This record gives sequence, structure tokens and C-alpha cells, in this order.
Amino acid sequence: MSSPSGPPLDTELAERVLVRFLREEAGRASFRRLVLGLSGGIDSAVAACLAARAVGTENVICIAMPWKDSNPESLVHGRLVADGAGLALDVVDLTAAAEGLLRELPAPTPHRIGNVLARLRMVTLWDRSFAEHALVVGTTNKTELLLGYGTMHGDLASALNPIGYVYKCQLRALARHLDVPQAVIDKPPSADLTPGQTDEDDLGFTYDEADAVLERMVERRESPQAIVAAGHDPVIVESIRRRVVRNQYKRRGPLIAKLSRRTIGWEFRYPRDWQT
Amino acid sequence: MKAALAQTAPHLARVEANLSQHEETVTRAVAAGAELVVFPELSLTGYLLMEATPEVAITLDSPTMDRLRELSRQAAITVGFVEEAVGGRFFNAAAFLDGGELLHVHRKVYLPSHGLFDETRHFAMGDRMRVFDTRFGRVGMLVCRDFWHLGPAYVLACQDVDVMCVLSASPGRGAESGAGRFESTSSVSLLGDLYARSFGCHVLHCSRGGVEEGVTFAGGSEAFGPSGERLVRGADEEPDLVLVDIDPEARRAARLRMPFLKEERPHLILRELQRVLAERTAPRY
Repeated sequence: MSSPSGPPLDTELAERVLVRFLREEAGRASFRRLVLGLSGGIDSAVAACLAARAVGTENVICIAMPWKDSNPESLVHGRLVADGAGLALDVVDLTAAAEGLLRELPAPTPHRIGNVLARLRMVTLWDRSFAEHALVVGTTNKTELLLGYGTMHGDLASALNPIGYVYKCQLRALARHLDVPQAVIDKPPSADLTPGQTDEDDLGFTYDEADAVLERMVERRESPQAIVAAGHDPVIVESIRRRVVRNQYKRRGPLIAKLSRRTIGWEFRYPRDWQT
Repeated sequence: MKAALAQTAPHLARVEANLSQHEETVTRAVAAGAELVVFPELSLTGYLLMEATPEVAITLDSPTMDRLRELSRQAAITVGFVEEAVGGRFFNAAAFLDGGELLHVHRKVYLPSHGLFDETRHFAMGDRMRVFDTRFGRVGMLVCRDFWHLGPAYVLACQDVDVMCVLSASPGRGAESGAGRFESTSSVSLLGDLYARSFGCHVLHCSRGGVEEGVTFAGGSEAFGPSGERLVRGADEEPDLVLVDIDPEARRAARLRMPFLKEERPHLILRELQRVLAERTAPRY
């Protein structure tokens, strides 16, 4: 069994490129401000540090959005990140909104409650986006995007995502480079949707294992057989492969029925930065 | 002669804004003493155009080209643009203008269409690799991927090229190495060095910077002298204006020292290529 490790990252280059990306792409859309949700986890911490460097701390709106069942530590870590980066932190408690909505929904399960919370956070961020002319910064990393580990129209929704092509293992290196508080880097990743939940328990494998397999599968285009031959657990390789394929829909917009001559996404294929 | 590598970050699909950017850049370069200003690939339009390609295309007799002609009264310029040609064809093209005249147009011959590249969808392939004489010596132009294939540079060398102008838009990719810049930039550096020393020519490579569609362009424009020595290097990723002295005597000295061109045997290469191609096309079964 080979010891799993994902790809390395040139953190100096990554910081330079990702900061420039946020600044220039926001500028192209005529936005000077950015807004993001600060969960207390490593992904949003890195995104917040990059945003602060891109547009200045006074132009970043950070919002923590707990509800009654959130781990109190998440808010503590959110404050730690904001203080470390010199950012103000707004807190919007979602308990009343979530409870109000959940009362109207038939027998919500923990999974569905998690999705509702993720989407209420999206509603909150987009409201601030409109109110304060600030673009919503995404905080989903490449490992999550590939595995489809996120809620559509929830945490997966954003206008600009600086870390969508950074694997989880690379994010830890980037977080250290950006001086994210050690407690945030060291704690087990959790979506904090249900008490005590961790991502790795949910997924059934560690992020290190996932990154090592995904690097071979996606970056190097190795076959599952070759990845297993290199020493990876065949059950985990198959589980990851199925997730990547099954969740392709989460990485794309809705399908549009073809009827006219120029369908958006096929013949009507323009850059998003068109005439900016 | 002093040349400038105008490492711009064009506006995507806004020709008028880019034309102004060219005019401002030439003014700055001329003030710094430049007689030749090399702009990058598709400097007039931006790179990731997709279906906007025909919408930003210009013909060689368009008012936009007239303005570029006028601009070339200040300094010679190479400009990257979308050319609309007869027959509904669009080329990823490079123009060389000097003294109010359009001296040459090169149409990109190698159109990458893999990975994030999709050029054959939008562009027709150029089919010429020609040199032309200027007040700076014999010039040949290549556009980005033309430079990665060995053939075009060789064909220019066989026409005794003195100054190879390369116009690029290179999406930066690969951030694992720790070398402090995109891994995709190192190959281009090696090629510039190689062509300059093999052909005893100057290589002026202008590579754009800036961000489009989430893609960061590598920048890092370079000029090489005729022994392969790197003369200058522009900033990574961001816009820059880099000045470089081009000394024709250095080419003469390099070619005396290493007379590759004198000893080159293009007829032999051609004959062998014809044989290879004839054998390759013969059916196996």
C-alpha cells in the first residue's frame, strides 16, 4: 500500500495568481467588493485571506451563518480567521428562518436539513451581494467539486471561486502560507450540517486518499486499474470514480432542450468575460 | 535598434478599447526609444473569444487597420488580430506595419484544439511561413503554437531570418513545481534559446499577461540574442513593457562562430521528408 499523498503546490505562485484572479475578474464585472460566508473551516479561511489581499480588508464582507445546531466552535474559529486577516465579521443567525421553513416541509431528514441550511446561506450571501454591490466568492475546493461533495444552489453557488482548482491537501499548504490560524488548519474538516459530522466519515475515505487517487485519475488520466496497481484500495478507487461520474451534473448548468439553431451552451458559446 | 515587447492584457472582445491601448503603449515605447513594438497574439481582441470571433474580425482594408497603419508612423509594430478573409474564413493573424504601410500578414498555421484550446472551431489554418525585409533586417513572424512546432522556425531560418517575432497568449498551467512560475513557461524559454542559437537570429517573444475567464496568462516575454543568450525577461503574469537592444553585428559574429545556416541542407531534409511521407501513406494491409 503506497502512502497516499496528493499533488504539491507552489504556494507563492498560487497566492499571486489567485489574488490577481479575484481582483481582475471582479474588476471586469465592475465590482470592487467581495462577500463570502465564513464557516470557521479551512476552505473559507483561505478564500477570505485571498479576498482580503485582492480588494483590501475594507472591501470584503464576511458573514458567519450559524443556526441552533451548529457547533459553537465553528463561530469561534470564524472569528479567529476574521481577526487574523483583519476582517470584520457579521453574524446572521439562521435559526428562525430555518425553523420557519422546516415547519412547512414534510418530515425533514438530517440530510435535507443540511441542504436547507446550505441554501439559506446562499440566499443570505446573494442578498448582501445585491445590497452592497459585492460579488459572492466561492469556497468549494477541487476535491469537493470532483467528488460532488456540496449542495447545488447552496455552498456550490458563487460568482467567482478562487480555490475550485486547488485540492484539499494543497489547501492546507496554502492555508499555512497565508497564516490561517493553526487550530483551523488542524481540525477535522466538517460541513457542520449535523452535530459531530465530519467530511471523511461521510465520504468513507480520507481527503489525503481522495487527493492521491484524484490526482492520478484526473490530472494524469490513469485508469482505475492502474491506480489500484499503484497500491490504492480498489473499493475506495471505485467509490471515488463513481462519485466523480455521478456528480457531473453538479458541475454544470441545467440541460437546455435543443430546438432552435443557436442553443445557449452549444452554438451560443461566449466567454463570461465577453466585452469586459 | 531598440525593440519593445509590449506585454499587454487586452480587453476581451473590445477592439476599440484595445486600439486605444495599442496607441498609448506605442507612445510610451517610443518615448523610451523603441523603433519596433511587438504586441502579443490577438492583442486587438483578447484570446478566449469563442463565438465572438467573427464579431471582432477586421479586414485588411478596414478603418481599424487604417488606424494601425497610422500608428506605425511612430514605430514599427506587430499586432495580433482576427482577420476576416474571403470565403468566410477567419484567421488568427499577425500584422507587421511600419511607416504607415502594412508590410506583412502571418496567419497562424498550427491551431491548438485540445485541453482548453479550441482554435480550429473558430479559425481557418494559415498555410504560409514567409519572411519579409524591413529596416531592421529580415523578419519572420510566428503566432504562439507555431513556435512550439519545430517546422515553422526551421522554414523561416531557411529563408535567412534575422529577427523572429513571436506573438503569444499562453494560458498559465501547472503550479506544482515550486519554481515560482507556471510550468508551461519553461518550454517556451527553451525554444527561444534553441532557435536563436541554432539559426543565429534574434528572437523577440511577446507573451501577454492578465486574466480572462479565470485563466491567467503567463507573461514572461523574452528576447534572445543570436548565441541563445537571454537579453531580457518581462514580468510574470502581469502587463509589462520591456525594452531590448538588437545588435545586427551580434548576428554576424554568431554566424561566423557557428555557421549552422551555411551548412544547413534543406534539400536533403526535403527529400527525406518526401520519402517518409510517401512511405507513411502506403497502405499496410
